[in-house]
Amino acid sequence: MKARVIVTLKNGVLDPQGKAIEGALGGLGFGDVGSVRQGKVFDVELTGTDKAAAKAELEQMCEKLLANTVIENYAIEIA
Amino acid sequence: MKTAVIVFPGSNRDRDMFHALELITGTRPQSVWHTESTLPDVDLVVVPGGFSYGDYLRSGAIAARSPILKDLVAKADSGVAVLGVCNGFQILTEAGLLPGALMRNAGLTFVCREVLMETVNTATRFSSKFEKGQVWRCPVAHHDGNYFADADTLKQIEDNGQVVFRYAGGTNPNGSLNDIAGITNAKGNVLGMMPHPENLIEPINGGLDGRLLFESLLEAA
Repeated sequence: MKARVIVTLKNGVLDPQGKAIEGALGGLGFGDVGSVRQGKVFDVELTGTDKAAAKAELEQMCEKLLANTVIENYAIEIA
Repeated sequence: MKTAVIVFPGSNRDRDMFHALELITGTRPQSVWHTESTLPDVDLVVVPGGFSYGDYLRSGAIAARSPILKDLVAKADSGVAVLGVCNGFQILTEAGLLPGALMRNAGLTFVCREVLMETVNTATRFSSKFEKGQVWRCPVAHHDGNYFADADTLKQIEDNGQVVFRYAGGTNPNGSLNDIAGITNAKGNVLGMMPHPENLIEPINGGLDGRLLFESLLEAA
């Protein structure tokens, strides 16, 4: 089973890297870019077949390691 | 005073820390590899600077899940002094021993320079030898030192006097909220700081400003 975990910065957390990318996109002529926030994607392959169990396990992975919940949110997608 | 330094793959300020601790306490610290399960019986455990696990995932994130951390948390809970410097500060926040998080520097660049620090709380075992409001020099060398905490947490640590050191004289090198350079946990026995006091302890370093922190610990032990 394939899963994708998307980790993004919480609203209100300053993202200097996103800001720099936003500036660079503007410099390339993309004048309609309002803002950019940078995040992370983890593609995780699981051996089990139970989707509900996998989701619960992935939530634990996010809480314990993949995301720092002080500053980040996470979303889980299971294919 | 008995001390121990935890070493991770990618630690690189551990030897500076061994040297500082031995010079100031007169006793060689014990080195503890991250895969060990128990820390020796000591008065102070130091988590040194460096780039544990190459800063993969988030600075300090992987090291904070090392086997030895379980005993570090237990020791901290029992009141043993714990000092985290630079990557050590990042590891202590990732491990939940200190509030907040250390994010990419606001200017996006690695900063390696001297800053000014103000000691704002002298009622801790890490800062008792400083004068309140004392401004001192200290080197920094980091890419992820931008201290962040949500508004409630920030208010709480400010109200509790957990902010021990602030960048002074406009030298905040990383965008840290409230110029925070070093904080303790609520109990006051765990301190994390981005600057490197262990690198300003001998005349050959160009100053002795960092000594007061270690001398405070020595007096408290």
